[in-house]
Amino acid sequence: MSQTGRYRLRITFAKEEALKYISHLDLARTWERALRRARVPLAYSGGFNPRPKMAFAAALPVGYTSVAEMLDVFLEDRLTPAEMTRRLADALPAGLRVMAVAEVEPRLPALQSQVRAAEYSVRVAWPGDGTELEARIAALLAETDLPCERMRKGRRYTYNLRPLIEGLRVEAREGADYRLWMKLRYGSEGTGRPEDVLGALGLADALVNIQRIALCV
Amino acid sequence: MQISERLLDKILPTVATPARYTGGEWNSVLKDWDSAQVKLVLAYPDVYQIGMSNLGLMILYDIVNRQPEFLAERVYAPWVDMEAAMRQAGIPLYSLESRHPLGEFDVLGFSLPYELNFSNVLNMLDLAGLPVLAEEREEPWPLVIGGGVGAANAEPMADFFDAFAIGDGEEVILEILNTCAQAKRSGAGKEELLRALARIPGVYVPRFYRVEYNADGTVAAVTPTVSEAEPQVLRRIVSPLPPPPVDLIVPYVKLVHDRGVVEIARGCTAGCRFCQAGMVYRPLRERSLSEVLAAVEDIVQKTGYEEVALVSLNSASHPQIEQMVRELTSRYQHPPLAISLPSLRIDTFSVRLAELFQGRRKTGLTFAPEAGSQRLRDVINKRVTADDLLTTAETAYAADWQRIKLYFMIGLPTETLDDVAAIIELVREVRAVGRRYHGRRTQVNVSVATFVPKAHTPFQWASLVGEDDLRARLDLLRRGIRKGGLRLSWHEPQASVLEAALARGDRRLGRVVYRAWRLGARFDAWPEHFDWAIWQRAFEAEGLDADWYARRERTFAEVLPWEHIENGVSKAFLWDEYQRALRGDTTPDCREMCLACGVAETLGCEGAG
Ligand code: SF4
Repeated sequence: MSQTGRYRLRITFAKEEALKYISHLDLARTWERALRRARVPLAYSGGFNPRPKMAFAAALPVGYTSVAEMLDVFLEDRLTPAEMTRRLADALPAGLRVMAVAEVEPRLPALQSQVRAAEYSVRVAWPGDGTELEARIAALLAETDLPCERMRKGRRYTYNLRPLIEGLRVEAREGADYRLWMKLRYGSEGTGRPEDVLGALGLADALVNIQRIALCV
Repeated sequence: MQISERLLDKILPTVATPARYTGGEWNSVLKDWDSAQVKLVLAYPDVYQIGMSNLGLMILYDIVNRQPEFLAERVYAPWVDMEAAMRQAGIPLYSLESRHPLGEFDVLGFSLPYELNFSNVLNMLDLAGLPVLAEEREEPWPLVIGGGVGAANAEPMADFFDAFAIGDGEEVILEILNTCAQAKRSGAGKEELLRALARIPGVYVPRFYRVEYNADGTVAAVTPTVSEAEPQVLRRIVSPLPPPPVDLIVPYVKLVHDRGVVEIARGCTAGCRFCQAGMVYRPLRERSLSEVLAAVEDIVQKTGYEEVALVSLNSASHPQIEQMVRELTSRYQHPPLAISLPSLRIDTFSVRLAELFQGRRKTGLTFAPEAGSQRLRDVINKRVTADDLLTTAETAYAADWQRIKLYFMIGLPTETLDDVAAIIELVREVRAVGRRYHGRRTQVNVSVATFVPKAHTPFQWASLVGEDDLRARLDLLRRGIRKGGLRLSWHEPQASVLEAALARGDRRLGRVVYRAWRLGARFDAWPEHFDWAIWQRAFEAEGLDADWYARRERTFAEVLPWEHIENGVSKAFLWDEYQRALRGDTTPDCREMCLACGVAETLGCEGAG
């Protein structure tokens, strides 16, 4: 029996409203159990406490929805992407939806190290018209330095938000709300957070919801 | 009106572990609201992570949702941050499945696992916008019923409940719901509904009983006030056990016991005198090997759980346990399935069994000698010797376990400081055995609980040891069990005084529970929330004395407040066991020989005769 998992499938999935409050660890357990229900021949790590070999691209913060999450699973036996999709159909809880499955070369580097940026669709409650919003965005993008505060391990530190913003615009008007599009850097050189961008726009209290719409690998 | 997502979105991001308030778990059942004749919400008065591990609730959920005409949903106690957020936003307590406020259900069925959850019941009713006092709920719906071990003496909660189901819930729940369906159809009022319920065997409607007291405060008599109420409410049991539930709800949030469960037996024949479960679940009913194997297979397929526990009060004593474990471990290697047993006996057989199911994992073994000295183990009828323990420990250490956990109690009847010192000695002897195999890596973890006398047990007449004495005994243990691979965990004794008062309390304590809740008591089982000062004020204000309930030794002649709840084990048997305990005489396991405990006559018992 192989311990490495000879086959690797990449699942792109949506985490919808019904599941937006579950944490990343909860999501990992949920996937493991769903894959077991689906009788997917998961590869397990050796050792006294065998763990399934699977890896997520990027943890999604609690409260966000997404249509672009990615998960690599390593298998003992080959399963076509179509067969994987079929088996998962009856095994996933409401709120998890498979968008795509693709076969991936097992020796490629870990998914997590490949994510460079993420795109978000952010809904904000904005009573006025869009011009003021546009103006704020333009002003923000014109800056080169946007000092921002964050907490890490109970300590406050300052960082520059501006280089983490790769794109930002008003996407659409939806009822009384506006939908913003953001592309933020992701990875070891810093990860941009939609909430921080809203904060810099003076829109922290206007947040309605955040959806991740793409992971750029 | 269902609670809207948009409303919840305002508060859920601000609370800890929000996914415990959103439901939608795999295998949870959402039925059509309008077509259900009776809507039941099963409520557990502690947090989700604890309540979801409660098998009794899962059994009822399964049974009721299989009936086309009924529906069952769930609710757990919101943690204090969520409670505050809900109260501020004006959101009533709602069910996880359909998010209906509890007040829109027909029946609220509370599980009563334990006395220190009582204040949470009141809080949940209040959070649902319902009057907590049964007599203030004039409409028949929602009907508030209780069940579980806590119902064995429900008197302190009699003011808040409309009815209690005594014994195995699966036996009586559908009779209760059918009666409710009929009452709804006929438009019956509350009195009429309660009378109909009182006619169901095993259903106790407290308002139909009058309690009279003697001048010294003890109960003089408990008498039914309507013809439907029996003088003695006999516990219901299901026999043989029906197939276990397999469509277990798979949570998103990590639970205290996050695994599939098969109940391999109910009841226990060991006869430990301190153990309430051992008395209130008699007689022993076992599931067969094939039934357990089939259930595990179904659970594996339907839940995807990576671990299944074979539970009962005494799993290692199931006659087919070895085959069970062998078969399961060989059957489920890929993907791996962990098998666990909640408790082991103190013998080498159990260690061999653990080798089978823990494999190379060897996380640790747990044994419960309960008392340190042979004298005291005889008193409580825990028929194991120090030699048994040391041999068992030796087998375990030799088989490469490095960590052993031991459970003890302090405050057992007749206990002295010598018995407590004997705990230290025994623990050190176990460590000495371990050191021969593992040297300084040997670890012995010791967990000490305070013994609390419970209703329907041989020690129901005994006194709770006073707080100062308990503290002195704990201090002795803390000095003796530390360093060198020894670790001690314990609980503060104050909560035990409350637990003991409520466990053997009478109806008057309802006023204390009510007042304590009004003063802010909740989550009393959680040390960070338990506030003894609140309870002291409540007792004082009601002119009642916690010590009188907790510490007074009762006589045989005294009418115990729960005597009209007929558990099936005779009072004479319990008293005889108590006297034997005081003399230090042990009693055998009734698997070997029927001891005529009374259950054969009242409920029937296969082991008898
Ligand atoms: S009737 Fe006999 S065999 Fe049955 S539980 Fe009682 S003592 Fe044990």
